[in-house]
Amino acid sequence: MNSPHRSLAVRELGTIEYSEALELQAHLIRERREATIPDTILLLEHPHVITLGSSSDYAHVLLDAGELEKRGIALFEVGRGGDVTYHGPGQLVVYPIMDLKPDRKDLHRYLRDLESVLIKVACSFGVQANRDPSGTGIFTELGKLGAIGVRVSSGWITSHGIALNVSTKLDFFETIIPCGIRDCGVSSLERELQAPVCMTEVKECMVESFKQVFSS
Amino acid sequence: MARIEVPMPQMGESIAEGTVSKWLKQVGDTVERDEPILEISTDKVDAEIPAPSAGILVEVGVEEGETVEVGTVLALIDPEGIALVDTTPDKTLEPDLAEPSLVVTRTLDVSQSAEERLRTRSTPVVRKIAAEHGIDLANIVGSGHAGRVTKQDIMAFMESSGATGADSPTISTARARDGVPIPSEPSSLWDSFYKEVQHPEYPVRPADQVEGMDKMRRLTAEHMVIAKRIAPHVHSFIEIDFSVIDRIRTLSRSRWEAQNARVSYTSFVAWAVSRVLRDFPMVNSVVSGNNVIYRGNVNLGMAVDLDPGLIVPVVHDADHLGLIGIGNKIVDLAGRARARKLMPDEIQGATFTITNPGVLGTVVGLPVIPKGTSAILGIGSIEKRVAVVTDQQTGTDVVAVRKRSLFSLGYDHRIVDGADAARFLSALKEMLESFPEDA
Repeated sequence: MNSPHRSLAVRELGTIEYSEALELQAHLIRERREATIPDTILLLEHPHVITLGSSSDYAHVLLDAGELEKRGIALFEVGRGGDVTYHGPGQLVVYPIMDLKPDRKDLHRYLRDLESVLIKVACSFGVQANRDPSGTGIFTELGKLGAIGVRVSSGWITSHGIALNVSTKLDFFETIIPCGIRDCGVSSLERELQAPVCMTEVKECMVESFKQVFSS
Repeated sequence: MARIEVPMPQMGESIAEGTVSKWLKQVGDTVERDEPILEISTDKVDAEIPAPSAGILVEVGVEEGETVEVGTVLALIDPEGIALVDTTPDKTLEPDLAEPSLVVTRTLDVSQSAEERLRTRSTPVVRKIAAEHGIDLANIVGSGHAGRVTKQDIMAFMESSGATGADSPTISTARARDGVPIPSEPSSLWDSFYKEVQHPEYPVRPADQVEGMDKMRRLTAEHMVIAKRIAPHVHSFIEIDFSVIDRIRTLSRSRWEAQNARVSYTSFVAWAVSRVLRDFPMVNSVVSGNNVIYRGNVNLGMAVDLDPGLIVPVVHDADHLGLIGIGNKIVDLAGRARARKLMPDEIQGATFTITNPGVLGTVVGLPVIPKGTSAILGIGSIEKRVAVVTDQQTGTDVVAVRKRSLFSLGYDHRIVDGADAARFLSALKEMLESFPEDA
């Protein structure tokens, strides 16, 4: 149980630019591959940004470049799975840089594990969220609460990860078709609870849930 | 010469195919072993596919955007393209290295064969460690592919040479690893026992009707299974006489009505429990890993029947509330529970739970301990029963009609002993049967 494989480092980065997070991840992936760092999760928020995963369709971004710029929304094409998504203030983003070797070499299992983490976090705030057979992520009756898009680099090292809407201003999702799913609403913990939610508390729950899911 | 195939790898048990999203290397490019040569995407994951061997990418069989099954050959690598190594392909090196005959001490004067050079190949980290400690990598038998020295190998090498003296011969790390106990992981039994709750399925018969469980039912079902898995449940019972409480209720009725206070039997029990719990910290605790958390607050969960469904709102800091305060709080919470208007924090943080199936006429129950706590009190029906009591004036035993109830305490036997439970119930009985008039 004390093997280095199992220990989990947590780095809280506050709000950082998307590009900066990309660079940091690239760096940490190398370090993780060389085993100079343990499995690490990055907790952060991004300024307004729309990212396109490898299966993205530009048609799912509903604003043109000029309009995006006017609204202060950056646009990135990134090497993660999934379609288009939005990140912004009030959304807790978690990037796990983990080595899935030797016993977690299963991408579907990894996705299901990330969903478990999100479900646990929602649950600890009294929000019932579920998987949906139609897509990855977690959903409530009101819509999509948490999104997932990951990358596995050579040597089974993970990056990118999950985004949980805590107090996200959900109107920003109207600028895209989230994950390419039309008619799928989006939700946040605050929308679910109709009450303010403390980000620090969500982060604590997130770390706790990661430990529970990934130490078993 | 043999070319090495790069197959679409098995990326997970339930993953049958993947889409080639991008070629990172082109035909004619030199690739290092483990260097990513293409990217594939499967639903929500992008994955890099590394070269299984160093060499030259000689053929690409799948176009970008094509979806192929696991096992399909994506590319061919010609290992002879490497200038660094001899002509022996990696494939034939591997079995040799597994042979014990090769697991021997190496000395510095062994001339560097191609195989040696291959051995010396390692990651920058390993080379850095080697340089810092003055270690020649040729001295270490690597456990990585084709004898590559991994970080674990060099760490184990340093450990073993440190333990046995600098002059002692190098040992095979593979051998050393066999003998060293591995820190115990949770057993698979333990794993499967605690993993997510799954409800077995049953065949449906013609006259049956099948409905999905609603949110509350699903949560309840899961919580109950987990609660029963985690805590070894034991139950103890005690009979409580409500004569004194009845007298207080009769005497106070008009006063309480004037105050618009609603003081049920349950309120009396909750008040008494919150006071008695102070003397029984283990009953107000929870087992957490190898620790026991003794709760600093007394937060009473009060099970409310929603018919259908059940919810457990919490009276926080019940030990700071008076009898009327608790009574009003219970009425308020129960009312809002039925109206589905509870706030999230009003259903969280219970340290002890009270359930009252007795109001529906049952004599006694064996309640399940909610997870995260160590005990639950069940109140049986409070009804007139024939009891043998001692006449206080004559000192003789007489048969009398008394209002009584059977209480059951369900407790987590990891932390609450049977005697603790008995003492707790006795103290509760005493408190309820001589209930203070000024509570």
